[in-house]
Amino acid sequence: MSDKVSLSLTINGAQHALTVAPERTLLDVLREELRMTGTRRGCDAGDCGACTVLVDGLPMLSCLSLPARLGGRDIRTIEGVESGGELHPVQRALVQHGAVQCGFCMSGIVLAAKALLARNPSPTLDEVRHALGSNVCRCSGYARVVEAIASVGGRP
Amino acid sequence: MSHDAKPKPVPVPVGEVVGQSVPKPDAREKVTGRALYTDDLVLPGMLHGALLGSPHPHARILAYDTSRAKALPGVRAVLTAEDLPPVDIGPVIKDQPLLARGKVRYAGEPVAAVAAVDLPTARRALELIDIRYEVLPAALDVDAALRPDAPVIHAPRGEGHPNVATHIRLVEGEPDKVWARCDAIIEDVYETPAQQHVYLEPCTTLAAVDPDTGRITIHTSTQTAFRVQAITAEALAVPMSRIRVQVPRVGGAFGGKVESTNQPITVALAKAAGAPVRLTFSRTDDMRMMRSRHGARIYMRTGATRDGRILARQVRIHYDTGAYADDGPFVAAIGSYFSRGPYRIPHVDVECWSVYTNKLRAGAFRGFGNPQVHFASEIQVDRLAEALGMDPIELRLRNALETGEKWLGGAPVESGTLRACLEKAREVSDWHRRRERPSTTSPGKRRGLGIAAVGHVSALLGSSATVRLNEDGTVNVSTGAVDTGQGSDTALAQVAAGALGLSLEQINFSRPDTDTSPYDWCTGGTRTTFTVGHVITEACEQVREQLFEHASAILERPVKQLELRPGGVVGVRGEPGLSTTFGAISGYALYVAGGPIIASSRWLFPAWQLDTRRTKVEGLPSMGNGFFVFAAQVAEVEVDEVTGKVDVLEAWCVHDVGRALNPAAAAGQVQGGFVQGLGYALTEELVWKDGHLVNPSMSGYKVPGALDVPVAIHPVLLERAFGPGPFGAKGVAEVGVVGAAPAIINAIRHATGARLNQIPATGERVLRALLAHEAPATKDG
Ligand code: FES
Ligand code: FES
Repeated sequence: MSDKVSLSLTINGAQHALTVAPERTLLDVLREELRMTGTRRGCDAGDCGACTVLVDGLPMLSCLSLPARLGGRDIRTIEGVESGGELHPVQRALVQHGAVQCGFCMSGIVLAAKALLARNPSPTLDEVRHALGSNVCRCSGYARVVEAIASVGGRP
Repeated sequence: MSHDAKPKPVPVPVGEVVGQSVPKPDAREKVTGRALYTDDLVLPGMLHGALLGSPHPHARILAYDTSRAKALPGVRAVLTAEDLPPVDIGPVIKDQPLLARGKVRYAGEPVAAVAAVDLPTARRALELIDIRYEVLPAALDVDAALRPDAPVIHAPRGEGHPNVATHIRLVEGEPDKVWARCDAIIEDVYETPAQQHVYLEPCTTLAAVDPDTGRITIHTSTQTAFRVQAITAEALAVPMSRIRVQVPRVGGAFGGKVESTNQPITVALAKAAGAPVRLTFSRTDDMRMMRSRHGARIYMRTGATRDGRILARQVRIHYDTGAYADDGPFVAAIGSYFSRGPYRIPHVDVECWSVYTNKLRAGAFRGFGNPQVHFASEIQVDRLAEALGMDPIELRLRNALETGEKWLGGAPVESGTLRACLEKAREVSDWHRRRERPSTTSPGKRRGLGIAAVGHVSALLGSSATVRLNEDGTVNVSTGAVDTGQGSDTALAQVAAGALGLSLEQINFSRPDTDTSPYDWCTGGTRTTFTVGHVITEACEQVREQLFEHASAILERPVKQLELRPGGVVGVRGEPGLSTTFGAISGYALYVAGGPIIASSRWLFPAWQLDTRRTKVEGLPSMGNGFFVFAAQVAEVEVDEVTGKVDVLEAWCVHDVGRALNPAAAAGQVQGGFVQGLGYALTEELVWKDGHLVNPSMSGYKVPGALDVPVAIHPVLLERAFGPGPFGAKGVAEVGVVGAAPAIINAIRHATGARLNQIPATGERVLRALLAHEAPATKDG
């Protein structure tokens, strides 16, 4: 087993000092060390998007990310999306459109959509589909999910 | 015969809650990440479990050496079959050990289990387990397994080939005599793949054993708390009274979590280690250890007269059930029973085999044997329409079962709405215009439109519910039903609200827990809304009677003058000012007279016995068939003639849901089901090489992504309320997956002329079919 390394991560605006084995991924650290379980593990191999977080505003698969590289970067997880107990508009739209089924994909989808809307406040249905290209949802068939996200930017 | 169901009067809900697309109460915790799934739970001192898979598809186990694994620091338990009771489990055939005993029957089969302080240590320990095997010849497909000299996978259980787990024959009429009267006969062999569930949450269990009492607590991702309790009791020889099962949020299931997953082995690890153990599969272990849909090969022949009356059908189905029977015998039963399709065909001969092979077990998966036979049937009906020069919808309409007619085997169709579904699908898809003039497209691409008719079943087996009034007049509903994401908690709370005239805020719908919930068989078979909804309405009706009895005393009016008013109020008909609240009545019952208001209801869906005077039946395992439901699905596709790639552009899914309790949730089921069927049609297939799974990952096994599906999947919900479901609701959950593949394949045929009898229709298969179609034309010049 390799020696543990010390590092400091900025997650949802808060500093976390950690000592972890260097092969531990950001997903391991979030779920197991910090008990922030909102970030889901669907495949652990970069294939499903359930573990998506935002790093400096861009979607990143935490199961493929080594925390040692992320010191000083702004990491946002699903736990940091609401503000003041208010749902983010994307979260509200997903709830209102009946887009949520088992919900296991939702943390990743919310973050991917948040990143999209930050750079493109009024995306078309097609732009939403492309932004969700790395996020598998096995339940919904995507239609309501895509419509919900597009509705936030004012598109039908 | 009427062209439409004549709905009998069904109860009318009180208030506005039924029929509203209310947001699901659990949606909020799911979009905020706060929802707790089993892998999010931690107990003090908890260990992590992992399983070792067999490296061989078929081998005798000669010896184990677990000493090196046990010596690894941090390892708390190492188990093999030698440490477990010699019990085999299985819903129909008892053929599965928890860990392979004596021999392994598929590559990946669990042979040893470890619990350790963390997952990396547990996985290292697996590598230190030495098992000596004697490799045996393997039967890797149905043909190999059925050879007279095939390797025998399980000890023979009687006559017939030892690798046949189930053999069924159903014969009606005199099929041999009528072929000569048919003007058109189509005959083909169809093949469907081993599709996998790929629920986004891999199977997971957290088990603890109380050191003082020995009582076992299980948290697990499952479709049924009560079956987990029963199976674990059986597997570990523990009374059910010592086992409690609770179900946190479930990250999708689709049939894959109906039977036991890793619950019993996790309990065994927790017992052996003397500490709680959580065992969450990696995606790869889940894919190679759990189960899939049955791959199938179906020979089918169908004949019709010139005027489009289908006279006869012969079907030979081979389901590959893999190394263990699991739900395979029931899947074979449903497949046989649905292979006539939703049509009146007087002469039918069906034979079906469920065959053991040295591959991953196949079991329950949304649609349960029906997508396979619908694939064959709906493609064949289209070819028949071509041969007769008839519109495909017209041919289906001429043969669609109507109310009062009989299903194969003699069960009555009580609400025959296939005609209504087909006519609606024709209208909303603008069928005639699009069929005649496929919308224009870029060069090298062709568009086409295809349809499939669907008959499926809802209900099945037993459920119960308890409804009780709180002191303030709000209501607690307990059912034991598991919401796997389809939204049953919401729809069922709406049912209770509608039955008693309450708002959703006045209903507490409790989560499944074998210690406190009344029995429910399972969330599966499109049954939960129908069956559990039925017992809720019955229990609510008893609660209403108790409420009225007390209200009659309080308001000094006879019971027959009383009515429910929205908001938890009992009033007097014709006297708007005279009423009392549920809270006041509850207080009266608790402190003055009668005692607490509570009711329970139970139901076993009355299974139709096959009519053996009408149908010759051999070997059909007993099954609680249910209430027939109907749908019609239309797909428009675009085929790239250069690459063979197929894009589904638009789809119309017309489903008779009886009554849409929560239209958005029902529509979500319809769309999600269609997209699983789209994956089945175009990309999804477990592939084996020399008995080893080649693609046990989500990169190797392609489920549809957002870019692979259209946004325009139009759910069209017909509401032909009828029958014992709540307010006339019928099931919908599985139905959406059943017709998608044949609708898409029929659309490819319409677009290009290519004949595909095998799915998934990968680019390569489509190109081969295109070449085969064009070859004769080229020859003719
Ligand atoms: S868990 Fe990271 S992509 Fe699937
Ligand atoms: S809601 Fe289940 S995976 Fe998306």
